[in-house]
Amino acid sequence: MSVLPDTSIARNDSTSSIGIRTILLRWSRPLALLVLVLLPLAASDFVTFQLTMLLVYAVALIALNVLTGFTGQFSLGQNAFFGIGGYSAVIVVEHFHLSYLLGIPVAGVIAAIAGILFAFPALRLKGVYLALATFALGTTIPQLLKLDYIEQWTGGVQGMMIEKPMTPLGLPLSQDAYLYYLTLTIALGIYILSVNLLHSKTGRAMLAIRENETAAAAMGVDVAYYKTIAFGLSAAFTGVSGALGAIVIQFVSPDAYTIQLAVAIFLGIVIGGVGWLPGTIVGAAFIVFVPNVAESISKGLSGAVFGVLILLVIFVFPRGAQQVCDRLLGVEHKKD
Amino acid sequence: MELFSNQVLAGLATGAIYACMSLSIVMIYQAIDHLNFAQGEMAMASAFIAWQLIQWGLPYWVAFGLTIGLSFGAGFAIERSLFRPLADAPVLTHVAGFIALFAIVNSGAGMIWGFTIKEFPSPFGNGQFLGSELLSAHQAGMIGATALLLLSLYVFFEFTRVGLAMRAAVSNPESARLVGVNVSWMIGLGWALAAGIGAVAGMFIAPLVFLEPNMMGGILVYGFAGAVLGGLSSPLGAVLGGFMIGVFENLIGTYVPGAGNQLKLPIALFLIIAILRLRPQGLLGRAFVERV
Repeated sequence: MSVLPDTSIARNDSTSSIGIRTILLRWSRPLALLVLVLLPLAASDFVTFQLTMLLVYAVALIALNVLTGFTGQFSLGQNAFFGIGGYSAVIVVEHFHLSYLLGIPVAGVIAAIAGILFAFPALRLKGVYLALATFALGTTIPQLLKLDYIEQWTGGVQGMMIEKPMTPLGLPLSQDAYLYYLTLTIALGIYILSVNLLHSKTGRAMLAIRENETAAAAMGVDVAYYKTIAFGLSAAFTGVSGALGAIVIQFVSPDAYTIQLAVAIFLGIVIGGVGWLPGTIVGAAFIVFVPNVAESISKGLSGAVFGVLILLVIFVFPRGAQQVCDRLLGVEHKKD
Repeated sequence: MELFSNQVLAGLATGAIYACMSLSIVMIYQAIDHLNFAQGEMAMASAFIAWQLIQWGLPYWVAFGLTIGLSFGAGFAIERSLFRPLADAPVLTHVAGFIALFAIVNSGAGMIWGFTIKEFPSPFGNGQFLGSELLSAHQAGMIGATALLLLSLYVFFEFTRVGLAMRAAVSNPESARLVGVNVSWMIGLGWALAAGIGAVAGMFIAPLVFLEPNMMGGILVYGFAGAVLGGLSSPLGAVLGGFMIGVFENLIGTYVPGAGNQLKLPIALFLIIAILRLRPQGLLGRAFVERV
């Protein structure tokens, strides 16, 4: 069963094909980028903050897509790498008094190391077993962050504050807008990296593992090696997104990285369409805005409303935003 | 030595909680090949229903029986209405469905019954078991009840036609269909059974941890650990696994300096990964062979 039929797209072109569809297909990406660049100019600081968080989650969703969408490996423990990234960045800035611009890549590297370390024992796990192991990791991480032994570094249960970075070089931007553009730049970089990855040798090996691990191994794909790469890359991207998130929120605490965060990230890729990178924006928007919508529908029952919304999406559009988009554009996927 | 045996005993008492949970996790895994992440919340909701029935003045055992019946029906209804239509959807969609169910049950229970903790009565009384200082009568009763539950499940699966049909539907759906087993109904029945066992677990756990919508949070992870340790394909293994996790947790807390409460969850994590790595099929489970 394919989760990512991206490679086998057949356009449903009829005679009127030079219509609005083609234009939309060709220009959708530049258009989306233009909208993303212009948005904060028209938005208040708070909306800019929300949009920044949207981009932060979009990066986390791209990261999970590398693991789940490309390589077919589950993870319900992405909050661990997100948290490790956030804490690393804050520690670099607050304890070592270095620039947060350095904190972000350091967060990526540390999270990648954590991801690879976790991948070693988890490599041989498949499907539901991997989901379970990552779920256990996700529930454990807030406990680990609270440990007494490392309290002087992590601030224990209280967490740590971090100052909002100043706009550098005298740019005519508010601090919020600056953070937005910084996040947008990094998000774009990771997006392009992931698209290129998918079309590389590594990407093809990952897809092969996703489709059939045994067959991939039989054809000479080093399954353990590519799974480790997928885990490491995914953790690195998640770490970067966690670092950005911590800087934007200006605060890290163990309770910000509970299993709920992992669940949100997981839902984000289901709703955006597994393995479909443009869908990450839709998934991220779901994470940022839908809890508020649910809250406004019913305060006491916001969890239930949230659950019902998820059920609606998976019942009507099992392939998420990707399916909606395909239907609008009249693109059909070949049955395999 | 006395410290050791006392701690083992106390561990068995906590282990009974996990064993109950592991058993219902294994039941659903047997029926649908998935781990139901909403299992803990379903058990919690069942415990609330029992509490409500008792509040309305029903005797404990009547409420107990009614709750199992209601949960059994609810499990079946959830499978028919929510998960049957998703049967052909990718695994990820299923997990999203479980999460949705989790959110709905958790928030629904909070809405109906509130988040203040409630006392839940024990059918075995509040005293100690035979004057023991470590084991309360409830914990002893719970261990006994888990054993009884396991025995009846064993009898059901080994000696009844329906039990045989359920096993057939899981191990080879195609062939089972050919010999006239209604596979789709068997899956529904699996959900119902798992919900019923979950209800028993919820009602026995509630007196120990107090009743509230989030009571199952940590227990579910230990339940998973127990199920994995014993083997996801073996109910007996799951129960043993649950008990072993309880004992192990207690011994670590006693003998490893500084471990205490802080390291309990990390230890469960370590156990899950170590077991999955060293013996993925668990202690008593069947090895998993995939046909390509």
